[in-house]
Amino acid sequence: MPPVSVPILLEHLANGLVVGAYYTTLALGLSLIFGLGGVINLAHGAFYALGAYLALETQRLAGFGGALVLSPLLVALIGMAIETAFLRRLYRGDPLLGLLFTFGLAMVGEQAVRIIWGASGHPFQIPEALRGFVTFGDFVYSRYRLVVIAVTALAIVGLWVALEKTPWGMVVRAGTRDAEMVRALGISLRPFMTAVFGVGVALAGLAGALSAPLAGIYPAMGNEIGIAAFVVVVIGGLGSFWGPVIAGLLVGLIRAVTVLFWPPAAEASMYALMAFVLLVRPRGLMGERWVEFGAQ
Amino acid sequence: MIPMHRRDVLKAGLGAAAAAGALGFPAVLRAQDAIKVGHLTPRTGFLGPLGDYAYRAAQMAVDEANAAGGVLGRKVELVSEDTPNPGVAVTKAQKLIERDRATFLIGEISSASGLAISEVAQRAKLLYLNTGWNSDEGRGARCQRYLFHVEGCNTMYTKTIGLWQAREGKIRGAKWYFLTADYAFGHDLYRVSSKFLGEQGGVNLGNDMIATGTLDYSSYILKLRQIKPDFVYLNLAGTDQTTFLKQYKEFGAPFPLAGGVMDTIPFWAAGIDALSGYWQSLWYHDLKEKGSPEFTQRFVRRNAKPPDNQAWGEYVGIRIALQAIAESKSTASADLVRHLEKGAKFDVLKGREAWFRDWDHQLLQTMYVVRVKDKARSKDQWDIFEIVEPVPQPGQSLELIQPTKAENPCNLPAI
Repeated sequence: MPPVSVPILLEHLANGLVVGAYYTTLALGLSLIFGLGGVINLAHGAFYALGAYLALETQRLAGFGGALVLSPLLVALIGMAIETAFLRRLYRGDPLLGLLFTFGLAMVGEQAVRIIWGASGHPFQIPEALRGFVTFGDFVYSRYRLVVIAVTALAIVGLWVALEKTPWGMVVRAGTRDAEMVRALGISLRPFMTAVFGVGVALAGLAGALSAPLAGIYPAMGNEIGIAAFVVVVIGGLGSFWGPVIAGLLVGLIRAVTVLFWPPAAEASMYALMAFVLLVRPRGLMGERWVEFGAQ
Repeated sequence: MIPMHRRDVLKAGLGAAAAAGALGFPAVLRAQDAIKVGHLTPRTGFLGPLGDYAYRAAQMAVDEANAAGGVLGRKVELVSEDTPNPGVAVTKAQKLIERDRATFLIGEISSASGLAISEVAQRAKLLYLNTGWNSDEGRGARCQRYLFHVEGCNTMYTKTIGLWQAREGKIRGAKWYFLTADYAFGHDLYRVSSKFLGEQGGVNLGNDMIATGTLDYSSYILKLRQIKPDFVYLNLAGTDQTTFLKQYKEFGAPFPLAGGVMDTIPFWAAGIDALSGYWQSLWYHDLKEKGSPEFTQRFVRRNAKPPDNQAWGEYVGIRIALQAIAESKSTASADLVRHLEKGAKFDVLKGREAWFRDWDHQLLQTMYVVRVKDKARSKDQWDIFEIVEPVPQPGQSLELIQPTKAENPCNLPAI
């Protein structure tokens, strides 16, 4: 291993940020769903996979750009349908019920994908226009990955604007903080919960669609990344916005550095970070103190 | 309705029973006395796509055997189990042996699971045919009397492409960097391939152990760009191969690739755009040797897509087991082991006959050097390779690509 100079380290760190941005997109959706509804969506990885498969289908009709819009939209619709039909009945009860339901949903989702599209992987190429790489002096980077970081940044900023600058966002943030009070003010949180669930899984679907050219499409693709999303959310703090953002980038950076110096530990590095965070600050880097929650 | 008297009903019933007895009973007897193929393969996880093909091929082999009248007058029945990891593999193997009373075990793709299953089979003294995992260890330090290998071992894969590369001058003095799957198979393959490189005069610049299921290889590819090897040697498996190949292409595929293993399915999934170079193959659907095109056609008719090397392995493996049963006129594993060790010959659809080596139970067979096809000439998503040449060549000994006793010693326990 040649000596690691600063430019090389910077290149790796920049790459780590891209991977991190990716984790952030997934984790934000998860955090949002938990923040408002108190639902731990174990099926998040399944929506990620669904996003990739739907991108495969919609790409034929609308091209890759169209797929990036249509696929998350379709995932959102499916998610909202599931939330309205099944999930919302479980808010009142034991939180474990919601968890069990999403766990079962994850398994059903993977098998459904397997039945519809088959057990083998599907090839998915980077669209022609986005192939190749760009050079900044000595630094060479894949054009497609720059697109990924641009799209995820857009999604994160879009979500932030929706939460901070719109009346809708205000209700969602208030509901996350104190659902009882919001209800006392006469606002039903149910439609907000449905919308939040839709947005949350749409983010997962978007991440899945973006990942299809990078890692291929196969039924089990949601499992590993679903776990990674959870780790990021736990590190960042369930229910917060900036927590998963910071945690996602941090996980990406640490992973990049670990690959450079100690590759076998690369995949484990995020779990080590999570263990450390849980020991030192159990609520996560920016999590709220645990209060009663739920959009009953 | 005509009133039916009890006597009439009884007569009718007896008549039906007699008819059933004449026609049905022998069939019922055969089914109860069926030869049970205990099949194990991962249908989920990073090897899942390969397991799917293995399962389809196993079904086809069993259906064909039954269509031909069964074996020793008995029906053949496939009992297939999903083995996503070694722990589950052991449980399922035990289930097949104890609950299903399997006549023999066959299958598995992960070396870690395969080694575990082979220990269960040895303890139960039941024949187990490996059709999918490559670790040399299973043919060497952890060989078993009841374990036989239809699949090629890491040394075979390494030497097949390695001898060709040496001939082409790509090894002596060349600098190689390895990327290795961090589990039993990968470690074994790295040991074999790095040793081969050293023996042929190449330079080993280093190795990265990479966890299976890694989704992002960008950091590793950046490292490669900094290290600047002459070749990148891939010791990855399953969907990890696919992911790496796609991302490597994404970063411009800066250095030529070679690998210690090549499974067609992950390469199909990567797509011809992401592929280049010369690789080794245990079997490819374009092979024109007698039996292969027909096998390919039958598989395509059933599955609407061509078979890969894993499907070939399962198909040929089951045929070998059933043929051994028919030839030795016995389903007792000890008899089958002795029959296979005697050097019984089998048609494995490669033209040249194959047989098992008596001291390590590895099937001696031909492998192939293949080249990635020019995209313009590729007819469909599965048409990615051209077969360059068989290794060993006709006339050369099949031992040429095998590990020697000195390289991979194996002490088989008593029967």
